[in-house]
Amino acid sequence: MEEILNFIGQHKEILYFVILAIFVGVEVIGKVPTVLHTPLMSGANAIHGVVIVGAIIVMLDTDMSNIPALALGFLAVVLGTLNVVGGFVVTDRMLEMFKKKK
Amino acid sequence: MIQNLLELLYLVASVTFILGLKMMSNPKSARQGNLYAAAGMTLAIIGTIFLYNNGENTSREPVKMALIFLAILVGTLIGWLTAKRVQMTKMPELVSMFNGMGGACAALIGLMEFHHNIGDTGSLLAIILGMIIGSVSFSGSVIAFLKLNGTMRKPIRIPSYNIINTIILVGTFAFGAYMVYGDTDSQTLLISLFVLSLFYGIMFVIPIGGADMPVVISLLNSFTGLAAAFGGFLYDNKVMLTGGILVGSAGTLLTIVMCKAMNRPLSNVIFGAFGDTGGVVTGASDKHGSIKDLNVNDAAVLMNYSKKVIIVPGYGLAVAQAQHVIHELEELLESRGIEVKYAIHPVAGRMPGHMNVLLAESNVDYGKLVEMEDINPEFATTDVVLVVGANDVVNPAAKTDPASPIYGMPILDVESAKNILVNKRSMNAGYAGIENELFYNPKTSMVFGDAKNVLTKLVSELKEM
Repeated sequence: MEEILNFIGQHKEILYFVILAIFVGVEVIGKVPTVLHTPLMSGANAIHGVVIVGAIIVMLDTDMSNIPALALGFLAVVLGTLNVVGGFVVTDRMLEMFKKKK
Repeated sequence: MIQNLLELLYLVASVTFILGLKMMSNPKSARQGNLYAAAGMTLAIIGTIFLYNNGENTSREPVKMALIFLAILVGTLIGWLTAKRVQMTKMPELVSMFNGMGGACAALIGLMEFHHNIGDTGSLLAIILGMIIGSVSFSGSVIAFLKLNGTMRKPIRIPSYNIINTIILVGTFAFGAYMVYGDTDSQTLLISLFVLSLFYGIMFVIPIGGADMPVVISLLNSFTGLAAAFGGFLYDNKVMLTGGILVGSAGTLLTIVMCKAMNRPLSNVIFGAFGDTGGVVTGASDKHGSIKDLNVNDAAVLMNYSKKVIIVPGYGLAVAQAQHVIHELEELLESRGIEVKYAIHPVAGRMPGHMNVLLAESNVDYGKLVEMEDINPEFATTDVVLVVGANDVVNPAAKTDPASPIYGMPILDVESAKNILVNKRSMNAGYAGIENELFYNPKTSMVFGDAKNVLTKLVSELKEM
């Protein structure tokens, strides 16, 4: 029990952050018309491509002599970029159908 | 100072993510919202490449920088070209693929960071959780891709798959707990956990029916968000945390909302696949009666002398790429004083909004697309309903047959119309793989043929009248 309370006390900022972020995520979805479900899913897909930042960090912190790590890191960056670029472009294509005609 | 600049960029990016998602829930601002989020993402990426600093560990040798930029170039080329060129009908599987890429990225990060963080339980927890969830999302997304793609047509029935999957899931997390708390540095064990997680991802998605894939993809989407968030915890990186948690939570809610639109609880989707009705799925009674096969000319006559026509588009329309012809048909009918509307079921096609996007592509007026709740009362005063390539969304078994896999799903009440025309290529079952009593209704006539061919002939027949 004490350990849990200690943990909460020491990490309170991040706990607030997580809880608030979860609520923001929920609120932002709010009233989404059915027709936008898929583009929104696609947009959210692109946003979680932010994981590429982690891949870049790994590469930057990897020693040049560590070839296997550099290779894996390279692959990770490619994959992350695919998520980001592919995600935003697909979402844009879905959404360009919504431009007003009149 | 440099670190603060990077933190500022991360802050700006996080705001664009929140703003972007919010704007994407409204048709007017959706496209801009996407662009804002993309801009923020670019800032975060460029900022990290040039400004990130972790003390003596961080190095920016020219070769390394070249590798990073090369990787980004490769990803951009492939991602951009694939996303731009692909047909609209292939969008859902593409979203699944890109989701999988993100999951794989998160998993690889975990694989690489494990050995540097031995002894630091907090970090190991973030690493292992990120790796497990990322892997599950990756392999699950690949399976979803194959199912939507048509490569995996037949549902793979695994006996008592729910029990098996639960065992694998518990095992995976138990193994993960060992890797975090068990004081081990074994590369072999780490890779084994990775493979086990991949296996679970496959087992998780395989039993789920193809029609439920959009819901599954939305769920896997939030998983990848969660994996990204764990990466954020590991590096105390605020932009990864924000993006990850936002998508994890918004994605989960979106999944639930999608389930509500189908009137099926999420638990039903994941644990209650079609096999649960026990035995072969026939649903309704065996006494069908006979179907009426109508030729195009007669169908044209029927439509020409009607006052109100409602078109029900389905996946078949997309497959036949007949959206332009159907618009031509609609305009022709309207020019003769016939009222034409489109009835859009929430899950018509392969994803929510599929039909809207398809018809928008052929410049159909947005106002003519009417949602299910609003159009259902109108069927009673409709002379002709033209069902094009739709099946399950007009299947009365959803209302009448508790044994049917689609029971409970709200459908379009086309039965109340005066005449029903159904265009299909054959009598083959639709996506849910079940019989459709509508076809045997005395008011229904089948017009067989490819949607594009049939509609084109309809238009030319009508022009001659």
